[in-house]
Amino acid sequence: MRYDRPNTPGSKLQYRTRYDNFIGGEFVKPVKGQYFENVTPVTGRAFTEVARSTADDIELALNAAHAAKGRWGKTAPAERSKILNKIADVMEQNIELLALSESWDNGKPIRETLAADLPLAIDHFRYFAGCLRAEEGSLAELDPNTVAYHFKEPLGVVGQIIPWNFPLLMAAWKLAPALAAGNCVVLKPAEQTPATILLWAELIGHLLPPGVLNIVNGFGIEAGKPLAQSPRIAKVAFTGETTTGRLIMQYASENIIPVTLELGGKSPNIFFADVLAEDDDFRQKALEGFAMFALNQGEVCTCPSRALVEKSIYNEFLDLAVARTQATFPGDPLDTDTRVGAQASNDQLEKILSYIDIGKKEGAKVRLGGARAEMSGDLAGGYYVQPTIFEGHNKMRIFQEEIFGPVVSVTSFNDYDDAIALANDSLYGLGAGVWSRSVHKAYNAGRALQAGRVWTNCYHLYPAHAAFGGYKQSGIGRETHKMMLAHYQQTKNLLVSYDPKPMGFF
Amino acid sequence: METAAPPGVEATEAAIAMIRLLREKHGEVMFHQSGGCCDGSSPMCYPKGEFRLGQRDVLLGHVDGAAFYMGGDQYELWKHTRLTLDVVRGRGAGFSLEAPEGVRFLIRSDLCATP
Repeated sequence: MRYDRPNTPGSKLQYRTRYDNFIGGEFVKPVKGQYFENVTPVTGRAFTEVARSTADDIELALNAAHAAKGRWGKTAPAERSKILNKIADVMEQNIELLALSESWDNGKPIRETLAADLPLAIDHFRYFAGCLRAEEGSLAELDPNTVAYHFKEPLGVVGQIIPWNFPLLMAAWKLAPALAAGNCVVLKPAEQTPATILLWAELIGHLLPPGVLNIVNGFGIEAGKPLAQSPRIAKVAFTGETTTGRLIMQYASENIIPVTLELGGKSPNIFFADVLAEDDDFRQKALEGFAMFALNQGEVCTCPSRALVEKSIYNEFLDLAVARTQATFPGDPLDTDTRVGAQASNDQLEKILSYIDIGKKEGAKVRLGGARAEMSGDLAGGYYVQPTIFEGHNKMRIFQEEIFGPVVSVTSFNDYDDAIALANDSLYGLGAGVWSRSVHKAYNAGRALQAGRVWTNCYHLYPAHAAFGGYKQSGIGRETHKMMLAHYQQTKNLLVSYDPKPMGFF
Repeated sequence: METAAPPGVEATEAAIAMIRLLREKHGEVMFHQSGGCCDGSSPMCYPKGEFRLGQRDVLLGHVDGAAFYMGGDQYELWKHTRLTLDVVRGRGAGFSLEAPEGVRFLIRSDLCATP
């Protein structure tokens, strides 16, 4: 099935001609009256305009958030939880509309937004609605008359800067715990993909008290920076890359506030020889796990972009893997059969091509793809790349840098120790994959890998209640788990003496 | 900060023209090569002094007079390649100065030695 193009008469999705900021429970024009064009990477054409905000708009949003924080922070958990569940319900009722918008704005296949982005985002609100009900502080009886109480309090107003690869899902990962913990939020979506979260705000905005959720759009330098630098936020959360991550920590250091950062990786996907021991479902599962480097066009922080294959099966495995991946040539993202869609922007396309170029120059062997995908019809103006398989060695730049495209770099390893050494020879440590029929080998490998998430005999699953975050330069903090609540909470300790007598020493 | 012999960074004419435009609007600028996801593996352009350099950042060279830096760990992995700063149509996220101009800086690479 192919969905009609948004903004055409047959489509259920008709965007407004322009979108303003969502501040204090209503849509508000940007102070300077400027807008920018929002382009779909599916065709390369603009489909709406979005507010181009500045520090003035960030201040308006912060005013609204600070006005709302007292009441929202003291709203009963049962009430906050109910609102999060209602948000999830409204999203579920509009899942097709939101999935279609996410595909149109980002270029990812609707097969994926219907099966992953939206169901996961919906579940995320429900998960934190549940966690919130089970939250409790603690008390410690230090001696018969002295008690330490620990209360969890919201931080107040927090800033969140959202990436463009899973625009609505990444917003949900950050918003659900922040709102659950009783904070008010000023959120800046990525300038490449602002549309769906604005549609979403139209659908769910009325469910939250005005000022609890504020969405300010615009460019990083004009709107993101004043948010990250503001002394009026109590915490900043960011998903992106290392230089901006450092800059955000630098700004946070000026105000002495905490940060959580998710900055990407170069995730190894390790295939031990026994994956081919039998010609069965597990073999197919492992090959599927290899091909997942092209999921979401490779625009995933945990893209399994380094495949490490045991030498004794290397040739046979790679032949099978190439054949398996050939089935995933890019297609129309709005066709439910399409598995690989468009890269999110022209600059992303250009960067991927520049990496394919340096891979070839470094002598890596192209086993599949290795070029832009030329498309026909209205897709010709979009940004498509052929899923690409390189063979090379781990010191090549294509093995060490996140390309953020459908590109995997494959090399072999001699034995277990070699596999772990190669896998850990990276600046990053976000995700990793381990494939083996031996539970002992898989377990030991998983524990030895310096990565926050080790998928074992699976890959690219992102359920709530499994912690996600990085080692090394991949960031700080753990999302998608109730432990994220702590990143949005202050601890209040009441140290109480119930002893009526004086201490008697001073 | 200037610990290693800089291998140098070149720039295309289009990149130099963009640097000059940004300089008119924002004053002197600097570059820091990013790594990681989303807009990582791309050069970031900031007002000079905006990005606080660390002791392990390496000065690779200058492009039209603007200093170009990279983190020391990343430099170890890149130093066998020669970099050229280019600019393409686009809209990177991050706080890089050129995004509102509808363009994005990009690094193109050539080999200077076999790794």
